[in-house]
Amino acid sequence: MSLQPMKPSELATKAVNKEELFILDVRNEDAFEDWKVEGSNFEYMNVPYFDLIDGVEEIMDDLPKDKNILVVCAKEGSSVMVGEMLADEGLEVSYLEGGMKAWSEHLAPVKIRDLTDGGELYQFVRLGKGCLSYMVLSGEEAAVIDANRMTDIYTDFAREKEVTINHTMDTHLHADHISGGRALAEESGGTYWLPPKDAEGVTFDFEPLEDGNTIRVGETDIDIQALYSPGHTIGSTSFVIDGQYLLTGDILFIASIGRPDLAGKAEDWVQDLRTTLYERYKELSDNLIVLPAHYTATEELNDDGSVQEKLSVLYKENHGLNIEDEAEFRKTVTENLPPQPNAYQEIRETNMGQVAPDSERKREMEIGPNRCAVR
Amino acid sequence: MSITTDMQLDAKGLACPMPIVKTKKMMKDLEAGQVLEIQATDQGSTTDLKAWADKSGHQYLGTNETDGILYHYVRKADEEKPEKTHPNTVGNEELENRNDDAVVVDVRESAEYAFGHIPGAVSLPLGELDERMNEIDSSKEIYVVCRTGNRSDMAAQKLTENGYDKVYNVVPGMSEWSKETEKS
Repeated sequence: MSLQPMKPSELATKAVNKEELFILDVRNEDAFEDWKVEGSNFEYMNVPYFDLIDGVEEIMDDLPKDKNILVVCAKEGSSVMVGEMLADEGLEVSYLEGGMKAWSEHLAPVKIRDLTDGGELYQFVRLGKGCLSYMVLSGEEAAVIDANRMTDIYTDFAREKEVTINHTMDTHLHADHISGGRALAEESGGTYWLPPKDAEGVTFDFEPLEDGNTIRVGETDIDIQALYSPGHTIGSTSFVIDGQYLLTGDILFIASIGRPDLAGKAEDWVQDLRTTLYERYKELSDNLIVLPAHYTATEELNDDGSVQEKLSVLYKENHGLNIEDEAEFRKTVTENLPPQPNAYQEIRETNMGQVAPDSERKREMEIGPNRCAVR
Repeated sequence: MSITTDMQLDAKGLACPMPIVKTKKMMKDLEAGQVLEIQATDQGSTTDLKAWADKSGHQYLGTNETDGILYHYVRKADEEKPEKTHPNTVGNEELENRNDDAVVVDVRESAEYAFGHIPGAVSLPLGELDERMNEIDSSKEIYVVCRTGNRSDMAAQKLTENGYDKVYNVVPGMSEWSKETEKS
């Protein structure tokens, strides 16, 4: 048997299609515990590569003989070393090209729906980190919301669709990943919008995103309406697109709600979060379809690989929207929170333009899950 | 203070897994208790080296970074402790409450000393004790300290044999030391 490479895109297809796969993760135990490739039907085994330098005999009995095995490490090197040893033993085995770093950077568009007059809405799903971003296309124009750092994916897609990205906007100042909004606007000659209340420490020019703003995309006029919805951050802003979709940023997810503590202000912002979720969103049409900026578990992925649900369904099923008692709500969103995302302070500073790390450091900063939600 | 090591490994420019593969190989050439310096540029090597050392019983001492190069220090696992022990042992608490003019002699390797020692402690690695013993004032109370009390036991025995009469071996020593330390 020979060792085969597996591209992140192939792995993404397996995750979305809920295929079976046996993952041998050879990173050290802390790294695996913290963050791994998620798939509903993936099986896992974690043995650090440095325990396998002298050979794989000890784990041979624990590996399946009738299943595809994927060896995963941080960058690729160790998975190739271990993969070759397993292939020599006669196993059907591949390694993840580029390792967890490449997996973290992989994102691919899923079409949500056609909009009025030939417009289209796409969701870009970043499986490795659970980040979701969006592109609205209409006529010859496009807008990108909550763009990730890998801007070439959006520019390539825009080129393919023969549109120009005129607007990029962030629903809030992100703490879990580096925004590509500003870079993408610069590359495309577009305008970068940011909620001014999140932008106090920002060192660059931007267009202030305020409640009631309407941004039009294309000749066919698809409206993106800004809706001030604080709680995850003080400036958090949602968007209603084409009267049908509600982009909630990090305020409301499918199976959870946003956490108010990543800027160190949980106590101050918890009431804002409550008002947004229990009053402002309730005044909106029940038929709106919620499109969040994150998801946490692969169970939140639909069969087509998208993450979306009707607002009315979330008001029935999402626990975070059904905590009647205010004190209990406060407790839920401020106590026993999951650990904060890796390097979140440095990520915030980068998104404010206060520091400019090199691309290798940016990759390192984004290692790990997003952790923006409270269940 | 410069860090003295017994062997050096150049793993600069090598990507994972090579820094650990080469470290593991070179450790076989070291004697128990000796220190290896590993030079690497792979940022991931720090956590991997620490995890590997913890699992394999070696002691990860620390890492310095200069001009983009990581200098890692690992001490090879100790051998079994010899039977004979020094009669005067004291706990960490007695070390904390020592007299003002008492001398603390730290007999760990210089790399261990560099990553954290008791303020004012004199660095005198066990291997250098014979030739540098005369640096220690025999009229003072002497507290000998290492990581767990083994090396300091041997050093304390040696000092007593050579006529030092106020020698205390500190047990366990730095591994349980919770008070102030300084780096050099």
